[in-house]
Amino acid sequence: MEPHIKTRNLNAYYNDHQALKDINLDIPKQQITVIMGPSGCGKTTLLKSLNRFLELTDGTRITGEVLIDNANVYTGEVDVTEIRKKAGLLAQRPYPLPMSIYDNVAYGMRIHGMQKGRNLEAAVQHYLEVAGLWDEVKDRLHAPATGLSIGQQQRLCLARGLAVEPEILLGDEPTSALDPISAQHIEGRLHDLKEKYTTVLVTHILRQAKRLAGYVIFMYLGEVVEAGPAHEIFERPKEARTRAYLEGQI
Amino acid sequence: MLLSFLAVAGALVLILGTVLIKGLPALNWQMVTQTSKGGYYLGKEGGILNAIIGSLYLAGGGTLLALVFSLPIALYLETYVIKSSWGSTVRLALDVLWGIPSIVYGAFGFTLMLSLGLRASLLGGIIALALLELPIMTRAMDEVIRLMPAALKQASLALGSTQLETAIHVVTRQMLPGILTAVLLAFGRGIGDAASVLFTAGYTDRIPTSLMRPVASLPLAVFFQLGTPFPEVQQRAYASALILTVIVLAISLGSRWASGQVGRYSVK
Repeated sequence: MEPHIKTRNLNAYYNDHQALKDINLDIPKQQITVIMGPSGCGKTTLLKSLNRFLELTDGTRITGEVLIDNANVYTGEVDVTEIRKKAGLLAQRPYPLPMSIYDNVAYGMRIHGMQKGRNLEAAVQHYLEVAGLWDEVKDRLHAPATGLSIGQQQRLCLARGLAVEPEILLGDEPTSALDPISAQHIEGRLHDLKEKYTTVLVTHILRQAKRLAGYVIFMYLGEVVEAGPAHEIFERPKEARTRAYLEGQI
Repeated sequence: MLLSFLAVAGALVLILGTVLIKGLPALNWQMVTQTSKGGYYLGKEGGILNAIIGSLYLAGGGTLLALVFSLPIALYLETYVIKSSWGSTVRLALDVLWGIPSIVYGAFGFTLMLSLGLRASLLGGIIALALLELPIMTRAMDEVIRLMPAALKQASLALGSTQLETAIHVVTRQMLPGILTAVLLAFGRGIGDAASVLFTAGYTDRIPTSLMRPVASLPLAVFFQLGTPFPEVQQRAYASALILTVIVLAISLGSRWASGQVGRYSVK
């Protein structure tokens, strides 16, 4: 199958430090790709270079290409907001927008002029249901989103991200700040949605990677050591460093 | 703990008590609905409506003028010169300005007016108060904007909104309560200040009809009435002080309520 996202000779720098070294990847469509590796290996940097989020940090520089549906996102003509709409990001810590629960979900649809009036209401309900939050918030849609628990907030962020109809979901350790039950909730949602979206997930939880991944990328010190279908990487890793990581040695 | 509470609460009760006990008997409807007539300062007919309105004009105008400058300054400080030494120099300058006694602003405003050929007027008072309020407002806003989490802005950008949409719908909403508090803090400081308007705004028994006319103010009304040898006029000074206190109190309570209302959705 044709890959959804490709990177070609991708390099990223924080000032003088090179965080990504010559990354060439093919990320498959409509399954979960997990990026694994020890802390500081460039997982998050790689993830954030896919939706041009890296450039929001001062002192970053990127060379090479990221192709989504064969179109390079790092050319001048590209509208960066379109890319971010297409590839939604679920951050490590949920940040609800300073508005009501309802408006948090409606916000993206409003700024992109996607839904109006009764359709908007129905869409908000739909995405809250998809994120598994509807039953908990249906009686207080107009209450401040900050009143939700952190686990609920993360599901709200998922609903808000899905509402702008992305094709790609990027998850930057989206369960790491949550309690185990909430983490399970989010993981369950990602699992349910995996056939609809191309998901790229950064995680350092090996068991989570094994439960979710269809495709695995293993990174070490800014390089891709090994990438391939999950069962191959987990059962027959080719590289010694991958083996060492899977056995908990690095 | 208890001692410090008693000291603070005691001081507050003493001040409010004095103003209430001495001012309340002299307070009447005539005082807040009429301007000073001839002979008012000798204990005759009239009120201090001219000073009430004058003070609202002065502080309102001064706050508006200060806002026009301080919001851009605060935004600039937080967006462009966050960590540079230039930014800390500007902050240091603002802190020094904050500490300058208000009579110095009055004297400076007076010199400025003379060089511009202005007389003591509403405009002169507004300029002096704006100078006084500018550092207070700017520094208060600076602190508010600094507390804006970067991740919140990114959450909005991640949905594909532009910087402008993010600024309008997210950043402003998040900061509005703080900005409101900064504005009202400066207003409260401005309306209660006597020294800066002493030379610049003048004093009159009329309600000003133009920016170029002199204008009365409540702090100066207190000052002048207290300076007379007549006990009944001195009592009216306390009543004027009571009115000023009530206005400031209403503003600070109002600002707490308003910032609570608009801040309901803010991310803490």
